[in-house]
Amino acid sequence: MNKPEPNARRSPAFEAALVALLFVTAGVGGVAYGARSWMPELASRHGAGIDAMLHYLLVTVGALFLAGHLVLGYFIWRGGGRRQIGLRMASHKTELVLSIALGLGMLLIAEGGVIAIGMPVWTEYFGATPPSDAVTIEVTAQQFAWNVRYPGPDGKFGRTDPRLMDDALNPLGRDRSDPAGADDVITTNEITVPVGRTVRVQLRSKDVIHSFFLPNFRVKQDAVPGMTPEVVFVPTREGEFELACAQLCGLAHYRMRGFFNVVSPPQFDEWLRKQAATAN
Amino acid sequence: MTTPASQVVETPPHDAAEPHLGFVRRYIFSTDHKIIGIQYMLTGLVMAIAGALLATLIRLQLGWPTHQWQWLALLLPKGMPGGVMTPEFYLAVVTMHGTIMVFFFISYVLVSGFGNFLVPLQIGARDMAFPFLNMLSYWIALLSALVMLASFFVEGGAAAAGWTAYPPLSAVWSAVPGSQLGQTVWLLSMALFIVSFTMSSLNFVATVFSLRAPGMSMWRMSLTVWSYFISSILGLLAFPALTAAAVMLLLDRHLGTSFFLPSGLVVANRLLPNQGGSPLLWQHLFWFLGHPEVYVLILPALGVACDILPTFTRKPIFGYRIQVWCLIAVGVLSMIVWGHHMFVSGMSPFSGEYFSLVTLTITVPMTIFGVNMLASLSGGRLLLRTPMLFALGVIALFGSGGFGGLFLGNATANMQLHDTYFVVGHFHLMIGGVTMLGTFGAIYFWFPKMFGRMMSERLGKVHFWFTFVPFFTLFFMQHFLGLQGMLRRYYAFTSYDFLKRTQGQNVVISLLAMVLVAGQLVFLANFVWSLLKGRVAAANPWQATTLEWTVASPPPHGNFGAALPDVHRWSYEYGVDDVEGDFAAQSVPPERVPVTA
Repeated sequence: MNKPEPNARRSPAFEAALVALLFVTAGVGGVAYGARSWMPELASRHGAGIDAMLHYLLVTVGALFLAGHLVLGYFIWRGGGRRQIGLRMASHKTELVLSIALGLGMLLIAEGGVIAIGMPVWTEYFGATPPSDAVTIEVTAQQFAWNVRYPGPDGKFGRTDPRLMDDALNPLGRDRSDPAGADDVITTNEITVPVGRTVRVQLRSKDVIHSFFLPNFRVKQDAVPGMTPEVVFVPTREGEFELACAQLCGLAHYRMRGFFNVVSPPQFDEWLRKQAATAN
Repeated sequence: MTTPASQVVETPPHDAAEPHLGFVRRYIFSTDHKIIGIQYMLTGLVMAIAGALLATLIRLQLGWPTHQWQWLALLLPKGMPGGVMTPEFYLAVVTMHGTIMVFFFISYVLVSGFGNFLVPLQIGARDMAFPFLNMLSYWIALLSALVMLASFFVEGGAAAAGWTAYPPLSAVWSAVPGSQLGQTVWLLSMALFIVSFTMSSLNFVATVFSLRAPGMSMWRMSLTVWSYFISSILGLLAFPALTAAAVMLLLDRHLGTSFFLPSGLVVANRLLPNQGGSPLLWQHLFWFLGHPEVYVLILPALGVACDILPTFTRKPIFGYRIQVWCLIAVGVLSMIVWGHHMFVSGMSPFSGEYFSLVTLTITVPMTIFGVNMLASLSGGRLLLRTPMLFALGVIALFGSGGFGGLFLGNATANMQLHDTYFVVGHFHLMIGGVTMLGTFGAIYFWFPKMFGRMMSERLGKVHFWFTFVPFFTLFFMQHFLGLQGMLRRYYAFTSYDFLKRTQGQNVVISLLAMVLVAGQLVFLANFVWSLLKGRVAAANPWQATTLEWTVASPPPHGNFGAALPDVHRWSYEYGVDDVEGDFAAQSVPPERVPVTA
């Protein structure tokens, strides 16, 4: 009987070992590479929960990733040396039991993480009612700047109107006839907040979709024209941080940078007073 | 009545019934599914070269953002004046790279190309259900690819709003240069693509339903056919949403409607007259297609891998029926999870919780599917031929990429990772890597059947190492760039202090990308050389079981000679005793080799 090549030939043993080693290296190397602290320094309260979620995933997924690659490498090494197949077919029961066990295990890891760690953070972040002493800030994104507004001592933002908007003179389109707006404090690309107090950011956009991303605070929220989503969080660390745009918004998207300063409460009051004074 | 495979080789290569067909009707405007499949494949490979060149430009920019590439200034005087890329060109390049790779490489080579070639052959049909429609699909697909390429040359350059084309950026002409004529051309090309792809999907579904050979029950179909079948149903259900969205966006752009444009937009210091639209509507419509679309692409890669594995382990696939049910389950679930692309979009946080929970149920069928592929290796006699290497690569990337999905489908983790390189790394492993390795595995496996010649094993193995190693490493690294907060679609990472430390990693990634692209030259050389000089292939060089291996390589017009084959068994009859070897083709009668499933 003349068997057609090339499948009659066995692969050389070193080749199977080499391919097995490739996948084992991918698994071991991947875990070694990933097992360090990658995230930007944490500076918000709910961010600890997001980090816990990420760490949970890094650990569980890292273990599965390693195990998977080791098994793959083992099967290749083992199978490359066989002259005859081992077990031809597992029983339907074995197939079913393995599938159900693994499927349920994965479901437990994935959904368990969401329900036990993820949902509470999600609820804290989106569901909590901000306390009455929260610092409210309106951030209006545009190509390519962050227009920041504080309501001033009266706690009320003045009216704005898109028809009044002018990039050079009145980027927010403030209606100067509204008395509520007289004490509003306006800055560009710079936000200052007091440490330890809840911050409410009301996000708007004038033109295209931007995204308000504070890497250290684990805050990311799209600013969508026509909507005013609100972000609520508590800064826990003083310092100078960066605000980045995370949603493609045009040519200067990559440098639509803002500054996010967290200062002590007295410094914050002082800063706000100074801003109000320069404006008037 | 079936004939042993060895005798069928003698079948005359030309169909005696249609001797009058000239060169043009036979090879250019052909209605033969095999020729159409090859046409799709070659078109897709040419588009892949374009996509790879664009990827090279992206990595040049991100690795060395201020370097002046003088010789590139000569080639691209407008995009890279003085040898430094302009931001508008960069965004166009990123957008077109994504669009071309997703829609014009993977869709054409893997889905339409191999789908056309394999589905009729594997189910024992002479052609697709609607051969003329099939030809029409291909020519519209080609037109759509040409239109897409042409968009580089219109005023303002190619579309620059990303392959997701979120309005208002993609809707307002003054928002970015690519949103001038380039975006319109992009939308027209997509509309043509959808027309072609929908006709093609319809054809697949009809073919599988109505043209199976006698005895080819659904439970005897290979996982390849199953995957194309499910993928085509998904395409049919999901693409209409994008069709509607594309038409609406065209109307917004040209006829002053406000589907996606809210009141009070002020772009480039000018108030727009639009009123009452919603940018989020586009995102819902886009991802209602976009998420099933990734399964449209990835399922065939998984199906193909599942057919390569048994051939090179010489034993049946593990858990065939479970695999089919997993494909079906994933297909169903993929239609109801699109919102996981929109966790931070401003959509209700309650929807976020729903989408998170449902998305993660996809891990169940996908874990089972992946582990069954892995379990198929256990007890096997592994033959590490090139197609097998790529199939093993599919398993590794599918696992790795799938694990990334656990992070991104989790709304809480997603808040930090959304729009970062974690996402870029994840989807490149999945719809970039699993599909690409699946495509290469398919090419090495079925090349002998398509062209009657074997590809070089030695070059094939070199190609595998130069593909898998850089691909896996660089996209794995990108996940950790994402954890550092590095954002996608950035022209440079020089403006932020927190991103400065990523520069070294970006250089390494760029170098790996160059190795990866260079490695593909080995493939091209192998492809062309084998086409001309490769060893002549037997009808069944891999000793495989499905019906295409029972006919000559390449199969004649009409595929199966005078009578269609009778099918007696499932697709994975390996590890049995027959005169032909340790396998039985699906058409081998039970008297000769007992049927095991």
